[in-house]
Amino acid sequence: MPDLGLEVLLKGKNMARILGGLGVALRISLLSVMISIFAGILMGMLMTWKNPISRALTRCYLEVVRIMPQMVLLFLVYFGTTRIFGWNLSGELSAVIVFSFWGTAEMGDLVRGALISIPVHQYESAAALGMTSGQIYRYIVLPQTVRRLIPLSINLITRMIKTTSLVLMIGVVEVLKVAQQIIEANRMNSPNAAFGVYLTVFLLYFIACWPISMLAGALEKRWR
Amino acid sequence: MSDPVLEIKHLVKRFGDQTVLKDITLTVEEGEVIVVVGPSGCGKSTLLRCINALEEIQGGEIRLKGAEVSKTSSNLAKIRQRIGMVFQSYELFPHLSVLDNIILAPTKVQKRSKEEAKEEALALLSRVGLREKADSFPRQLSGGQKQRVAIVRALCMHPEILLFDEVTAALDPEMVREVLDVILGLADQGKTMIIVTHEMQFARAVADRVIFLEEGVIKEEGSPDQFFEEPKTERAKEFLKTFTFERKRSRV
Repeated sequence: MPDLGLEVLLKGKNMARILGGLGVALRISLLSVMISIFAGILMGMLMTWKNPISRALTRCYLEVVRIMPQMVLLFLVYFGTTRIFGWNLSGELSAVIVFSFWGTAEMGDLVRGALISIPVHQYESAAALGMTSGQIYRYIVLPQTVRRLIPLSINLITRMIKTTSLVLMIGVVEVLKVAQQIIEANRMNSPNAAFGVYLTVFLLYFIACWPISMLAGALEKRWR
Repeated sequence: MSDPVLEIKHLVKRFGDQTVLKDITLTVEEGEVIVVVGPSGCGKSTLLRCINALEEIQGGEIRLKGAEVSKTSSNLAKIRQRIGMVFQSYELFPHLSVLDNIILAPTKVQKRSKEEAKEEALALLSRVGLREKADSFPRQLSGGQKQRVAIVRALCMHPEILLFDEVTAALDPEMVREVLDVILGLADQGKTMIIVTHEMQFARAVADRVIFLEEGVIKEEGSPDQFFEEPKTERAKEFLKTFTFERKRSRV
């Protein structure tokens, strides 16, 4: 078996550092996912409005998010705001802002799709029972929307977790950055470490995303 | 005689420049069962949807025991609680169990206690023979069972009038019977109902009064025996003929 240089992970505090890096990545992504889900549900409801102004605005927002690479957004928020507004945002906060901005748009679009897929008769039969539009949303439309959203949003959530690796570009030390540091530090005595360490990073991402897919599968089964 | 339950005066309903209901006037007394028949597209379903303010109306008025029913009235949700409606496609809520489908509106809208609503729901389910399905989900039921649940869901709100919109049109023949039996039972209990149906035998059995609607106008109205035996208008005669079959081909 070729030398994968896995022994570098056991040196000093390397394993703890790499797990700490994973913690940072997960903290950023889970916080952003949470914000995206709640804001995305509101955004999705807004997107179904027939008002032309809200329509145009939400459409623009979605297009901007889709067209702009996340990295550009990160640079814009992290470096741009410092120059223009004199804000000194930390790398992590900038990351959460950018990922929430992105997630809210994408989630909003998923919510919009799920909302308009609820048949109009569901609204009518609820209205015929004397429910107000607030009650119809709360008891009939949202529960069904959430069920339809699960498989779609899991895809988005895992994508968000994976994309957090970009934040190393604005100086946040997350799992991939730690991995690079470890590899750099051991370049001379363990030149093969790149493979082993990146493999470990791959496995860590897998371990982070796998339970989410499992949970989604279980929920889908229960709510079928 | 007490006041009528429902009064419709000079109702006009238009979709764009097409007038679907032209000057409909109809009074429904307490305990009366009205059956509305007519060819497809004559406005029967639209009439029911107007009575429940699911459609905006362009003229005339609809009053439920004196209270105006209109899509713009502020207490619309309150008034709709007093009108039960059952749809052709059942429209149970797929994410809720049968029992929860039934008690959702009584508990959340009428703020009744969960225990009391549940007790009534189970009693009503027993009456339509579905007591053991209380914890099932709509997708596990047959069409006829779903429709009976939908009827129970409407009943549990204690409506003053029930509207049935072609409730058997989507069902297999054997299932039609079980649903119609439930509605006949309700008629025997003296519930006030307006029923839109294509089942002429059933219409004759259940109706106190038959309304024949064509092109948005009430063309004829009368007792079931009179309407089905000797309809007054040519159009009604023709319509009823479509439900009988004759063989014209002679045997050679």
